[in-house]
Amino acid sequence: MLMYFFLLCALQLVGEAIVFLTGAPIPGPVIGMALLLLILIVKNGVPDGLDQAAGGLLKILSLLFIPAGVGVSLHFNLIAAEWLPISAAVFGATLLTIAFSGLVMKLLDKSS
Amino acid sequence: MTLLTDLWAHLAQTPLLGIFVTLGCFCAGNWMYQKTNQHPLANPVLFSIITITFILWITKTDYLTYFDGAKYIHFLLGPATVALAVPLYKNLHHVKAALFPIFATVILGGLFAIASGVGVAYLLGGSAETLLSLAPKSVTAPVAMGLSDIIGGTPSLTAVLVILSGVTGAVLGGAVLSLVGVKDKKARGIAVGIASHGIGTARKLNVHETAGAFAGLGMGLNALATALLLPLLMLFFT
Repeated sequence: MLMYFFLLCALQLVGEAIVFLTGAPIPGPVIGMALLLLILIVKNGVPDGLDQAAGGLLKILSLLFIPAGVGVSLHFNLIAAEWLPISAAVFGATLLTIAFSGLVMKLLDKSS
Repeated sequence: MTLLTDLWAHLAQTPLLGIFVTLGCFCAGNWMYQKTNQHPLANPVLFSIITITFILWITKTDYLTYFDGAKYIHFLLGPATVALAVPLYKNLHHVKAALFPIFATVILGGLFAIASGVGVAYLLGGSAETLLSLAPKSVTAPVAMGLSDIIGGTPSLTAVLVILSGVTGAVLGGAVLSLVGVKDKKARGIAVGIASHGIGTARKLNVHETAGAFAGLGMGLNALATALLLPLLMLFFT
């Protein structure tokens, strides 16, 4: 399992290197995700150890966002000054986007 | 009392404190989430952010001191993003069956996320800094911060807006989808992934494996789509 945690980090590293070398405006971890997907497709299966390593990380995925979220304290003044446009965009527009995307998928997807 | 203040000041020097506070609040939040049968309003991320912000305020600890420890948790976002390939691979048969709808939904939904966020804030008088920082708000935090930097926003403000958008979708997304009559797990997953990235995905992974995989897919593809489209849109508008 440790070896597969190493693999996850290694693929992120490769992703970061590709971003640095090509100047692509895509973050390294997303490229790492695409690479891992390709590897799994070629290997045609998920090794047990990888399943455990990935599953363990994804189980605590929401924990990983907390440190950046607490950064809200850095921007209290701006958010207080512009609370209306910010909350309308963050709450209203996000929920509209969810409704819109869900309806588009429902209309287009006949596979279910 | 001064002894306590001194002790806090001493402990705040070590990374341990940021990690301790984050894990402690998250465990407490998670406990409540389980106790309420995973009620979306008891979202552990929302609870933790509010509680930690309050603790930092009460103890007069600045964010950078906190982040000095919490950055070790923050760092794991990278490998976790890579790990999303695993649920994606396991649901590849669903993806193959709906390739065109998935891509069309991601591109339309991704554009809608940018346009609605920036448009609403513009109409209500948001400043240029706010508008630029809001543009990538539906994309996963590491991508959004990079994009914000590229288009001239404030990356740390973007991170906060991204997380608040994620929490919004995780808490209320399911109710909104039920309201507009979207019942299919794939459509529910992808919609929340597009608008509310990893926090929405974490919620969907709790609820249903296929919904979780499609949320991960929506998040990953929207990260790609927005990363490509947003800089182009900026060229168009400036």
